[in-house]
Amino acid sequence: MAAITRHNNRLGVWGWLGGGRWGIERYAYILHRLTGLGILLYLLMHTVVTSLRVRNIYLWTEGGFFHQPIFRLGEFCVVAAFAFHAFNGIRLVLVELGFAVGKPIEPIYPYKTSVGVQRPLLIAVMVLALLFLLVGAYNFLGLAR
Amino acid sequence: MSNGTKYWTWHMAAGVVLLILLGLHMIIMHMGGTLHLFSPTGPDAVSIANSQWRDSKICFTITYILLLGVGLYHGLYGLRTILLELTLKPAVEKAVTLLLTLTGLALFVLGSWAAWAAHTIAGGRA
Repeated sequence: MAAITRHNNRLGVWGWLGGGRWGIERYAYILHRLTGLGILLYLLMHTVVTSLRVRNIYLWTEGGFFHQPIFRLGEFCVVAAFAFHAFNGIRLVLVELGFAVGKPIEPIYPYKTSVGVQRPLLIAVMVLALLFLLVGAYNFLGLAR
Repeated sequence: MSNGTKYWTWHMAAGVVLLILLGLHMIIMHMGGTLHLFSPTGPDAVSIANSQWRDSKICFTITYILLLGVGLYHGLYGLRTILLELTLKPAVEKAVTLLLTLTGLALFVLGSWAAWAAHTIAGGRA
């Protein structure tokens, strides 16, 4: 097995946190990671908190600690993070598997870019995420009752 | 296929499973006022009565355990990927992998036990 050459990561966290002059897809990627980390943090806490129901402790119901407005707002942020992460994730999987980037062609001037294929996909998944979020917001604001 | 590629493929596959399972979970829990799905005892999807009704159903118990396992794998492997991109020392990389694996296993055991115990308490029949 060939030895792996290790290179120094000069920029560290800022290497992926800063999108620089790259397109909006790069910023969507950064937000994908941030929302992922947020959802993971919530999942770790959610697992412990919901496990307490075995001891008949329901902290998220009326009168419970997590029923306070600040935590309700936090939960809505998790829904928003999920909406973005899930629909942007569809785009990332499609791109990773080679779909939505166009076929490889000779680089002949004027050059063609895969952004022409990726950008409409990004817009489409963001519209879906927004629709999901709007339905969530409708419920969060109590308009559905 | 190297281990890295294999685990990354599992990470993507887990993401697709999560899209469906977590999507349904979000719809049931946070859009109950509009859709009234799997909340027969009232419009508040997260009320004790509705939570216990879902706990009594074996399909929900199995789905919770599956969702937890897939979610923990996808989330913790994603975190590991981010951390390992920082080009850590090999010993630190091993420690990170071990810590995240143990965290995932501990939470999976806790959550699975709780889901099964809640199912039993709610009077469900396997």
